[in-house]
Amino acid sequence: MNVLVCVKRVPVTGGSIVLRDDAQALETRHLGFAISPHEECGVEEAVRLIEQHGGRSTVLTLGPPEAEEQLRDAMALGIERGLLLEVSEEWDAQASAAAIVAAIQAERAAATEYDLILFGNESADTGNYQVGIRVAHALGRPCVTGVKKIEVAGGRARCEQETADGRDVYDVALPAVLTVKEGLNLPRYPSVPGRLRAKKKPVERSTPDARPAALERVRLKLPPGEGRQTEILGRGPEAAPAVVALLRQIGVV
Amino acid sequence: MAVLAVLEHEGGVLGDVAAQVLSFAAAYAAAAGVPLHALVTGPGGDAAAEQAGAFGVTALHVAEHEGLGAYAPQAVGRSVAEQIGRLAPLAAIGAGTERGNEVFAHVGAITELPVAANCIEVTPGDVAQVTRIRWGGSLLEEARLHGAVKLLTLAPHTFESRPAATAALPAVERFTPTLSDADLGVRVVERVRPQSGDGVSLAAAQVVVGGGRGTDSAEGFAPLEELAALLGGAVGCSRAVTMAGWRPHTDQIGQTGTKIAPEIYIACGVSGATQHMAGCKGAKRILAVNKDAEASIMSKADYAVIGDLHAVLPAISAELRKAGVT
Repeated sequence: MNVLVCVKRVPVTGGSIVLRDDAQALETRHLGFAISPHEECGVEEAVRLIEQHGGRSTVLTLGPPEAEEQLRDAMALGIERGLLLEVSEEWDAQASAAAIVAAIQAERAAATEYDLILFGNESADTGNYQVGIRVAHALGRPCVTGVKKIEVAGGRARCEQETADGRDVYDVALPAVLTVKEGLNLPRYPSVPGRLRAKKKPVERSTPDARPAALERVRLKLPPGEGRQTEILGRGPEAAPAVVALLRQIGVV
Repeated sequence: MAVLAVLEHEGGVLGDVAAQVLSFAAAYAAAAGVPLHALVTGPGGDAAAEQAGAFGVTALHVAEHEGLGAYAPQAVGRSVAEQIGRLAPLAAIGAGTERGNEVFAHVGAITELPVAANCIEVTPGDVAQVTRIRWGGSLLEEARLHGAVKLLTLAPHTFESRPAATAALPAVERFTPTLSDADLGVRVVERVRPQSGDGVSLAAAQVVVGGGRGTDSAEGFAPLEELAALLGGAVGCSRAVTMAGWRPHTDQIGQTGTKIAPEIYIACGVSGATQHMAGCKGAKRILAVNKDAEASIMSKADYAVIGDLHAVLPAISAELRKAGVT
């Protein structure tokens, strides 16, 4: 089978978010970058599916030229090739979906048809909750979201989605689009040989056609401070009575 | 012209989030001087009429179709899109829940309109000004939303539920949406419910004791387990712990884990990364236990104990036992 996993490069934010002076993006000079968490599990799942069923895996990202790092990260885990749709700034969900659809159609024209296309349920940064679904519609494929378990057999995918009180099960015919969530699996660590192999794997770059944003970012801002004043109850084990007094005061003991 | 509220219901009963959507949509409609309509899908939807009327809904559209018995996201999206086509509302407004965002993504794809997900503020207009959440609420985005019909989902628990001054029963208008096999091809075929009795759930716990990298290992959670058991609470962890394989993902608190809302969250050896804090915004109080007084969590907590969790937690448990808690 052929599996395509779509990932997004996001900054690793740490303890606080700092904005650039123009308020258009995060200040990332002192930050590292990673694959957005849900998609990290998408990459691992794609590798496992190919290990299990055979076939080819491809990783795609829409992002800046530096997003090649995230493609190499995915390839270090076992993905075979990378597609980088280069854009100079963040695109809205419709424009992102259109660019990804065009790339998948170009793959089809070159005789690569994907049985499964994996996305993250939502990206860690923009959280639009819609790119995967928009791509599925454009390709005329079924889409299951929030997937935490996938079983592929007999040309179908049985998918489990977590709900407030358990799990809902979907069963769809392939080819299909699935948007996955962290917890689907525990991604492996890249091995040193894996990292070395990844350096030699092919990355194909292209520049998608731009279109005006229909959800047009004006500025980013930090939410109003939570205003928490931290009261120090003590140091070390000697603080225990003060903690118990607090627990009594708020009625949990 | 109208404003259309798209509502989730359980057997005709609207929950808190639907009430928030109705309250917001009513204000949106009133500001534009247009009536408020609502839409529900699936069996029993018409039972929501009285509740919807309490928020000033004048017409309740009920999509009825034999295929809508089980949740089928694309079919729901198709039903909403069909009604939008007939009604040409100024806006269609739903909940920023997993399902609400899913349905609106389908509506956006079908109508080729943009969707602003998880809004916390909206100023109507030809181009609407929206403020929406990013990074699970750690960052806000101001944006201009284009499109003939504004498609909006609202971040849950942002807007108050405010019934209208006068309530009237809305007209109930049933319709059968045109659904293709493809629309119905993705639907819930089975619901798996866990056996009850395996402890307090993380999402519902009144006390949560969470551990971060400072626990040092899977075994390092023993004092957290002990304290949680004494307090009748649940144990949680940070993403770093899950990624290290020390705890299952079901224990993870954070943007990509469980959102907790306890009376108190006792965060032990947790650094306070935004990814983690996005999951504990619902906690009434946070008590941090950390040996690093400079850790980010120390400025985000209400209370703090500076010290090694491996020494502090057993002391708290011992103190509780001394006080007769078992």
